[in-house]
Amino acid sequence: MHVPDGFLDGKTLAAAGIFSGVGLGAAMWNVRRLSPRRVPLMGLSAAFIFAGQMLNFPVAGGTSGHLIGGVLAAVLLGPSAAVIILTAVLVIQCLLFADGGLLALGANVLNMGIVDSVGGYLVYRAVFRLLPGDRHSARVAAAAFAAWCGAVLASMVCSGELVASGTAKAHVAFPAMVGVHMAIGLGEAAITAIVIATISKTRPELLDERAGADRTGSGGFLVYGLIVAAALGVFVSPFACQWPDGLDHVAKVIGFGHREVERRSVITNYQFPGISNLRVATAVAGLVGTLLAFAVALGLSRVLMRSRAGTVTAGDEPALSGAAP
Amino acid sequence: MSGHHHEGYFDPYSRVESPVHNLPAGVKLFVALGLVVAVVSVPVRLASAATFFPAVGLFLIGVAGMSFVPPSFLLKRLAQMEPVVIGAGLLALFQPGGVRVFVALLLRTTLCLSTMLLLANTTPFPDVLAVLRRLRVPGIFITTLALMYRYLYVLVDESQRMRRARASRTFTRSRRGAWVGAASTLGHLFVRTGDRAERVYHAMCSRGWK
Repeated sequence: MHVPDGFLDGKTLAAAGIFSGVGLGAAMWNVRRLSPRRVPLMGLSAAFIFAGQMLNFPVAGGTSGHLIGGVLAAVLLGPSAAVIILTAVLVIQCLLFADGGLLALGANVLNMGIVDSVGGYLVYRAVFRLLPGDRHSARVAAAAFAAWCGAVLASMVCSGELVASGTAKAHVAFPAMVGVHMAIGLGEAAITAIVIATISKTRPELLDERAGADRTGSGGFLVYGLIVAAALGVFVSPFACQWPDGLDHVAKVIGFGHREVERRSVITNYQFPGISNLRVATAVAGLVGTLLAFAVALGLSRVLMRSRAGTVTAGDEPALSGAAP
Repeated sequence: MSGHHHEGYFDPYSRVESPVHNLPAGVKLFVALGLVVAVVSVPVRLASAATFFPAVGLFLIGVAGMSFVPPSFLLKRLAQMEPVVIGAGLLALFQPGGVRVFVALLLRTTLCLSTMLLLANTTPFPDVLAVLRRLRVPGIFITTLALMYRYLYVLVDESQRMRRARASRTFTRSRRGAWVGAASTLGHLFVRTGDRAERVYHAMCSRGWK
């Protein structure tokens, strides 16, 4: 999802730059009272996320995918630390590897450093609190679902930026980018779930709320929530209502012009039934996709944490609780 | 490969001696920024395609020649990045006049990419950090970048060692096994990262940090 230079125009770069600047500023403000002990952890965690992005995961037919890691960083270290870490990763990728543009850095920080990690983290917090039962399993499920949501949200904002810049049309960019990332997001969810489950089994104390917290208060969450909402509002909402229109275009491009004529006649007979139906169809597709991802997340946590439950009942827990009062 | 030549593992030519390398990092950074801004903002028309864009291309080729960085290395890196650009650029083809937009994207992006590749391979990253520090970028961010650059190689190396160790002990051909293996390696890598950060913190304190 690294946007290179030349894909976005001036106004989009400026808007994305302002959003990411405010977000990064808020993150710096939130970590100002960070314990000095955790400062090296931020730098090394940035290197860790980079190393994680270099690990390839086999997909189908010899291709492979890799992690974004925004939600993973936010769950492990807190949202403000995640924003700084992901920004550092993107700066190094831009300056050392020319991966992602220099002017587009603001947009890339907004998409992957803020919308993915913080947007995903807000989902994580809500789902983690709502899920009943064992906290470790709930954490894995919430993190997996949040990772999927983060990737999809980021791809939505990214396509909005491409469309606002005139690089691509809404009816192509949104279905292509968001569709692809609804699939990629499942991989992101699986990797995030396995990593969190592994840490949860071996060193659960690292996932303790207080250990992972970077002292982001409710004010910080409000700022992040506003930035994510504003990014979605500015880049996505203007085009969301044009989707039905866009589908007409796709039909024309593919060569089903006669169908469009048919549908127009339908629209003249009734009041906007085609448009509202297509809108409903899009919304239903999104809803089904989200529910499916949630089911996958729950399934992942069930499968990954089953062995843990087994070992705990087999006698690990009494020994542990006896040893560490 | 031992962990001792981490410097320049990812940017092997950033410390070569050449007229371009000897320029101050700040100058190179701002020239690169200026070039990228110009390339992105000049409209792609027949006139500019015949004058401005070839001129930038020739300038970059000249700088590359003076930098003593092997052209094959630069071209290889450019070829590695180009599929991403072409892939994303394909989205532009699905609109009226899409071919024009696509060609403009390709032209601009290739020039910007070459600029950034040249900057990365003629400027040691610590020098870039010094420029950022002078620009009053907050200290916590500079420290994060500096530590990240320092430990990038160490952690990538460690993750590869862990993967090798795992591969030599397990015997699975299933995709699920590969995923669980790679991702749980990542989980263990985070645990080790935390432990290492703790040691680094104590080492930094014992040398008078903060």
